[in-house]
Amino acid sequence: MTVVFWILAVITVVGGVAAVTLKNTVHCALALTAAFAGLAFLFLQLDAQFVGFAQILVYIGAVAILVVFAILLTRGSEKPERGVFSRTWLAGLLIAAAVFAVLSWAVLSSAAALPGAGEVPAPSVSVAQIGNALMGRYVLPLEILALLLTAAMIGAVLVALHEKGVRK
Amino acid sequence: MAKTLDQIFVLLTHWIESFFPPAWRAAIGVVIGVAAIVVVFATLFALTTVLERKGLGRMQNRLGPNRVGPYGLFQPVADGIKALTKEDVVPFRADAMVHFLAPLIFLCAVLMGFAVLPVGRNMELVDMDAGLLFFFAMGASTELSVFMAGWSSRNKYSLLGAMRAVAQMISYEVPLVLSSVAIVMVAGTLSLPRIVEAQAGYTGIWPHWYVFTPWGFASFILFGIAAFSETNRSPFDLPEGESELVAGYFTEYSGFKFAIFFIAEYLGMFSISGIATTLFLGGWAAPFSFLTVIPSWLWFFAKVMMFIVIFIWVRGTLPRLRQDQLMNFAWKFVLPMTLLNLFVAALWRFMGEGWLRWIVCSAILLVAYVGAGRVQMRRKKFGPRSYRYAE
Repeated sequence: MTVVFWILAVITVVGGVAAVTLKNTVHCALALTAAFAGLAFLFLQLDAQFVGFAQILVYIGAVAILVVFAILLTRGSEKPERGVFSRTWLAGLLIAAAVFAVLSWAVLSSAAALPGAGEVPAPSVSVAQIGNALMGRYVLPLEILALLLTAAMIGAVLVALHEKGVRK
Repeated sequence: MAKTLDQIFVLLTHWIESFFPPAWRAAIGVVIGVAAIVVVFATLFALTTVLERKGLGRMQNRLGPNRVGPYGLFQPVADGIKALTKEDVVPFRADAMVHFLAPLIFLCAVLMGFAVLPVGRNMELVDMDAGLLFFFAMGASTELSVFMAGWSSRNKYSLLGAMRAVAQMISYEVPLVLSSVAIVMVAGTLSLPRIVEAQAGYTGIWPHWYVFTPWGFASFILFGIAAFSETNRSPFDLPEGESELVAGYFTEYSGFKFAIFFIAEYLGMFSISGIATTLFLGGWAAPFSFLTVIPSWLWFFAKVMMFIVIFIWVRGTLPRLRQDQLMNFAWKFVLPMTLLNLFVAALWRFMGEGWLRWIVCSAILLVAYVGAGRVQMRRKKFGPRSYRYAE
């Protein structure tokens, strides 16, 4: 585990913790963006260039902006009256810890199950290979994703249209 | 001799590196490259501010700055001193931390975009496998800083300007990416130096640049339109519309923070012009085969400066677009044209060599252009102008 990994991990974890503990909602959104950036750089450190840059492009460039727009257009930017933590925070913490335990067990046991794990270095995947895989072996998931995105766009247009109709 | 001049900066870097132990050489090379990028493009920025003010002045039938140096050439020095010594006013109820971070993040994201530009032969800072995607990712990061700037100022006009700017930048990001996807499709790689190499070679004296193909030309125009919008330049500069929103999202910034926004905006112009020359105009390749004696980096900067002149020219010529006109244009005209252009590029590739593909591809694009334009204008009735005067 190199120094770079530790720095990026600290950025990600601090960003995530800040995103749930800060009082100002827009500050929380910005801390979440820092967590996204940390994740993207972790991807880059693992030599997954396409995924890292797509993470920046999609998460920071679109999802974070969506989150801040949603905060702005609702009343989330006002100060919360009763503090940010709910009354059932202990139950939430226990559930989150249980989910984390399950996920880490799954990841660690799958890494140990790979034959010759640790001896063979991970293959470096080029963007061309990802493209070929998407168009070849995984073309059906790609088409289903396209359907999903089209449905999202149609939904967005419908929501905007409905507002105009109501105002008239 | 021509080859030495062409590679002179690479040779200089190697020579400086040779003074250090081998373990440090890569890091020293990177540091030299970064310093060179910052110095060169900051100097170009200074030159461009004078060029813009004189050029706009001449186009508007006035002189532009001419006091500070010969023909006003030292105006950027005066501007820099002014920006450095002005009082930094932060509004009382503004969010100080976010207000401080916004120009920094803007500048950092824009500067990162320069890392993948192939400035000359063998002269890119990093040769990434997904270089073009990296550039677009950095462009997307600038939108967040625009929003941060507008929101943290606690100013209705800033917020309005920021929302408009973000909406505009997001809408035009899709045509920007899609028009460059046509190039990526034909070149077969996302790595910018390799896209430049795919456009190398000459038939007779004519170069193989992608702008000289029908789909490449259409891509170029669409990319140019989207580039104008991404950098918030006229005719798409409603977010910083000087006559409407004071200065839009950077209203509340004064002194050096405003200068940082200004620098970052112009550097964004440079980097997107750099990407446009790399994708469409053959990067550092000379226009004719007998001109290859002139170094590659000179050609690259000449093409980038040509783009800057076009940016300034269009700013002085076209009126500003209204926000709804802008968004309509993006989603109803530019985006369908980029999708059609992808299809035409694929058709070009699979039709094989010969004159038929030129005619078919150009015909499809022209018909679509005229057709889409007519359809969009159908619902707008242009009668004679009617004036209403106050009685």
